[in-house]
Amino acid sequence: MSVNHCGDFKQTYKDDMRVLQTRFIRFWVYGFVAFLYVFPLIASTYVVSLTNMIGIAVIGALGINIVTGFTGQISLGQGAFLGVGAFSCAFFMNEWGIPFWLAMPMAGLVTAAVGMIFGIPSLRLKGLYLAIATLAAQFILEYLFLHLEGITGGSNGVMFPSPQVGDFAFDTDQSIYYVIITVAVLTTIYTTNLFRSKDGRAFVAVRDHYLSAEIMGIHLFKYRLLSFAISSFIVGIAGSLWGAYTQYITPEHFTIAESINYLAMIIIGGMGSVLGSIYGAIFMTLVPNLLSYGTSVLANVWAGAGDLIMSLKEGIFGLIVVLFLIFEPDGLAHRWKLIKAYWKLYPFSY
Amino acid sequence: MEFYVQLLISGLVLGSIYALVALGFAIIYKSTSVVNFAQGEFLMVGAYFCFSMVVQYQVPWLWAFLITMVFSVVLALLVERLVLRPMIGEPVISIIMVTIGLSSVLRSVVTAVWGTQIKTYDPPLFPDTPINLAGIPISQVYLWSFGLSIVLLVLFGLFFKYTKAGIAMRATAFSNQVALSMGISVKRIFALAWCISLVVSSIGGILIGNINGINIALGHFGLKVFPAVILGGLDSILGAAVGGIIIGVLENFSDGLLKTWFGLQGIKEVAPFVFLVIILMVKPYGLFGTEEIERV
Repeated sequence: MSVNHCGDFKQTYKDDMRVLQTRFIRFWVYGFVAFLYVFPLIASTYVVSLTNMIGIAVIGALGINIVTGFTGQISLGQGAFLGVGAFSCAFFMNEWGIPFWLAMPMAGLVTAAVGMIFGIPSLRLKGLYLAIATLAAQFILEYLFLHLEGITGGSNGVMFPSPQVGDFAFDTDQSIYYVIITVAVLTTIYTTNLFRSKDGRAFVAVRDHYLSAEIMGIHLFKYRLLSFAISSFIVGIAGSLWGAYTQYITPEHFTIAESINYLAMIIIGGMGSVLGSIYGAIFMTLVPNLLSYGTSVLANVWAGAGDLIMSLKEGIFGLIVVLFLIFEPDGLAHRWKLIKAYWKLYPFSY
Repeated sequence: MEFYVQLLISGLVLGSIYALVALGFAIIYKSTSVVNFAQGEFLMVGAYFCFSMVVQYQVPWLWAFLITMVFSVVLALLVERLVLRPMIGEPVISIIMVTIGLSSVLRSVVTAVWGTQIKTYDPPLFPDTPINLAGIPISQVYLWSFGLSIVLLVLFGLFFKYTKAGIAMRATAFSNQVALSMGISVKRIFALAWCISLVVSSIGGILIGNINGINIALGHFGLKVFPAVILGGLDSILGAAVGGIIIGVLENFSDGLLKTWFGLQGIKEVAPFVFLVIILMVKPYGLFGTEEIERV
């Protein structure tokens, strides 16, 4: 174990730019990733299936954090983009017989293209107006999901074939887990590195002060569009994985509620933070499950409680978001940082 | 021919209610620069509350109406004080999300209290015998809704132009700091804006509840009002009125015509948003909105 310094003692630029700064952190992060791969061997199917949902949510939340958290372009259409990814992936596999491994990135590209079309208004609009434009995108895409029956199967939805390698099909929770977790780890690495690169720093500059960014020579439109494209690509991948996980997709899943869910994830986790996306995804996936667990416990004590809580479920979600925004506007990632800083210096806080 | 006139009339009625909700939206945006995604839910809450008064407690309509208005004022003050005031100075996305969160809280409270089944006002606010207007039968509720909406829009137009409170609200909208230095209590103006907005939305809710019945789908009005406010210009009262009526008529016509010509179903839900995207691309600050010009 190395000593954790309380100050910054970096001597080279390379040291300062390392993602995992100390040996202690490196040990735990590599350990955690390794643990993720043996996890399904020891966990129950229910826990694995929950982890699958978290993994998909992590990918989706990272995607939306790129455009909303890092570039400051509010997007209310993520739910529909998820659907674009899922339906186009299903279409490529069902109609053209393309294997999942190729269909997934293709679906990502389709989603990126759709995202860029709705990102075009960002040339002239910002903030609020852009939020409303993406809201329109959400409703228009929802309409298309229901009515382009040749591709999406209308309200009946379509079958989503399981990914295959040779004869082995990833059709159980345990097997699809490895696909999801690999993509989630790769996406996390990619996003972390994106914000150490020129493009990522340009995104942050556009968010922080777009006029200054433009004066520094950052092409606003190019980078706004690029962030929409990258974000939508990742969201499209998340959509494809969702399809592979549920094996059957209907338009019902890709509504405005899903968009709001993802926005809530990054707000609760922390906007503009890779770790925040992960915390938010875990939190927003676990809370509904805890709620239903809580209701099943309560149902033994007081029969009416279950129905009441289920009908209030959406409201409890809303309440959590409102409370977070009022009391913890920087999200879980920020709180975690504060807790760490507190214990690092304990008991001498100065 | 009669088909088109019917489309026009129901479009005008729908549009006038959009205009009312858009008015409530624009008042809040204009003076507090909060984008209220929960406008539709406030409309729904007002409609349900009035339903309880009229049907469950058998209060006469006039009193039910007044009690609903008082209820809206109380709700507005609570929401403004507890939820929106801590958010002053936060980025746009936080404010948007807080109103979205608020809307889901309201929706679930409504489901918990009143259930999900469609409810109708009994007795209705207006008699249901239609009136013949130049040979075309029009139900009275349509006429009344249209008339009431127009009256309210004109009243609020005058309020903002001539009364002291109205002028103070416009001053606050122009600049919070300047208003403060002129001795205007910005907090009070914010509260007033929320009160007016919620009262107007409740009236809209009661009217639409008399036309279509009340159910949870009333909340969608809050989202469908965006095309109207964007068309009119986000911060313009006149724009809200004009935009609301235009979007209502356009929505009805595109629905009616596309259904008869191409057999397309469900255009009604999506047409306003297609217009919205077009407006945003062509004229993002709307017909009467103030264009934001930034200089470095």
